[in-house]
Amino acid sequence: MNQKLSEHIMGLIKSASTDLPPDVEQSLVDARDRELEGSMSFSAFDAILENTKMAREFTTPICQDTGSLLFYIDVPVGTDTDPLKRSIQIAADRATREYLLRPNAVDPITGKNSGNNIGLNAPYFHFHQWERDDFRFRLMLKGGGSENVGTQYKLPDAGLQAGRDLKGIKKCVIDAVFKAQGKGCAPGIIGVGIGGDRVSSYELSKEVLLRKFGERSEDPVLAEAEVELFNQLNALGIGPMGFGGKTTVLEVFCGKYHRHPATFFVTISYMCWACRRKTLILSKGDFDND
Amino acid sequence: MINLKTPISEEDIRKLRCGDVVGLSGIIVTARDAGHKLMVEERPQFLDEYLNGGIIYHCGPVVKNENGVWSFVSAGPTTSIREEPYQAAVIESYHLRGMIGKGGMGAKTLNACQHFGACYFHAIGGAGTLIAKSVKEIINVFKLEEFGTPEAFWVCRAENFPVIVTMDSQGESLHERVEKETAENYQRILSSITA
Repeated sequence: MNQKLSEHIMGLIKSASTDLPPDVEQSLVDARDRELEGSMSFSAFDAILENTKMAREFTTPICQDTGSLLFYIDVPVGTDTDPLKRSIQIAADRATREYLLRPNAVDPITGKNSGNNIGLNAPYFHFHQWERDDFRFRLMLKGGGSENVGTQYKLPDAGLQAGRDLKGIKKCVIDAVFKAQGKGCAPGIIGVGIGGDRVSSYELSKEVLLRKFGERSEDPVLAEAEVELFNQLNALGIGPMGFGGKTTVLEVFCGKYHRHPATFFVTISYMCWACRRKTLILSKGDFDND
Repeated sequence: MINLKTPISEEDIRKLRCGDVVGLSGIIVTARDAGHKLMVEERPQFLDEYLNGGIIYHCGPVVKNENGVWSFVSAGPTTSIREEPYQAAVIESYHLRGMIGKGGMGAKTLNACQHFGACYFHAIGGAGTLIAKSVKEIINVFKLEEFGTPEAFWVCRAENFPVIVTMDSQGESLHERVEKETAENYQRILSSITA
């Protein structure tokens, strides 16, 4: 365990839980201003924005569901990741005791809440080695309500008349967002994982949610699909909280993995409007002489 | 804004309509998955004094304990539909007048609202800090050790808790209406896809 690294991660958790990223907040301001003043959807956005300001001012969680802690960590080649994990767990325990996180790790068999966000596969760690000599810690706090409306399709899908092509993929995304209605705390940010196997497709659908608003896929076909889906999903009219309105999604991010010839998965992860993700880049010198 | 204080009479609850903006005051009890299962399977008596004419809040708060005094730090609503299998029975057996939550509930709950006189109140999902400010005091907590913080029954006193009626006692549901309207858009958009 490394005390300095724990301090840095504690700061990252605090920032993620209490300070909504500026691109997300601006998108919510724009969404409010598209609604008619005095309407239910306008009031919903107003409350969302007031809450966002208050959470920042008082350093309290934006949402009481402070989510599952998902860490995406890039490390220099040859890094021993176990000490990093331990330092992060200590930060999670402290953040829970300081009311920045709700205890959200529950044993599925005994029903016992661990009380400090530490458990089997909690926090979740996704390590990746890169050719740089610094460390990048990306944290996403993913709430349970939005996680419950995520889903996976297997093409072809007879019910949707969706084949194994871009047209079929789009139908899956529209179906998933329609079925979610307001239940995932709309307006949502939609992550789409195309291809891969069942696991990697889900994994990809989440990792794309780390992108900044406006950052399109590097694949020009997917970049175009993201824009088209954004317009189609907003034409559904579900609106904030499912009250009806002009904004149903704030962003759509797509990614693809090569698939097995026999499989074709389309996976949708739904991020609530409280899109809590923050990045911290550290050099070894920031925490090595502990 | 309409102001209501618990315990609420059947007459007052039956005056409310979908779209009404309400400020709720008085005793409110949080309950979610473990709580609803318990209320239906074991029917504990310890909640009667708080729930008769009262309100259940679908919420798993972040709670602070300072020198033995509890308070809510962040306390927005959780997704209500998970309680759909239990809610109608809870309304009937505890004489509830309403639930606060998010996302709306189904036909069985809507029926119970109509039959027994109750409403579903929608709070703004994710607005945890804002809503915590309208909860002035924690009066009691049950099952904290067994269920953990999010699932425990937190008995609290609220002042002007801001909500919107989205399911009323006349059988009207805003959620049903939006789902119907968006279903038409959904069909139109699906059939327009030609890429």
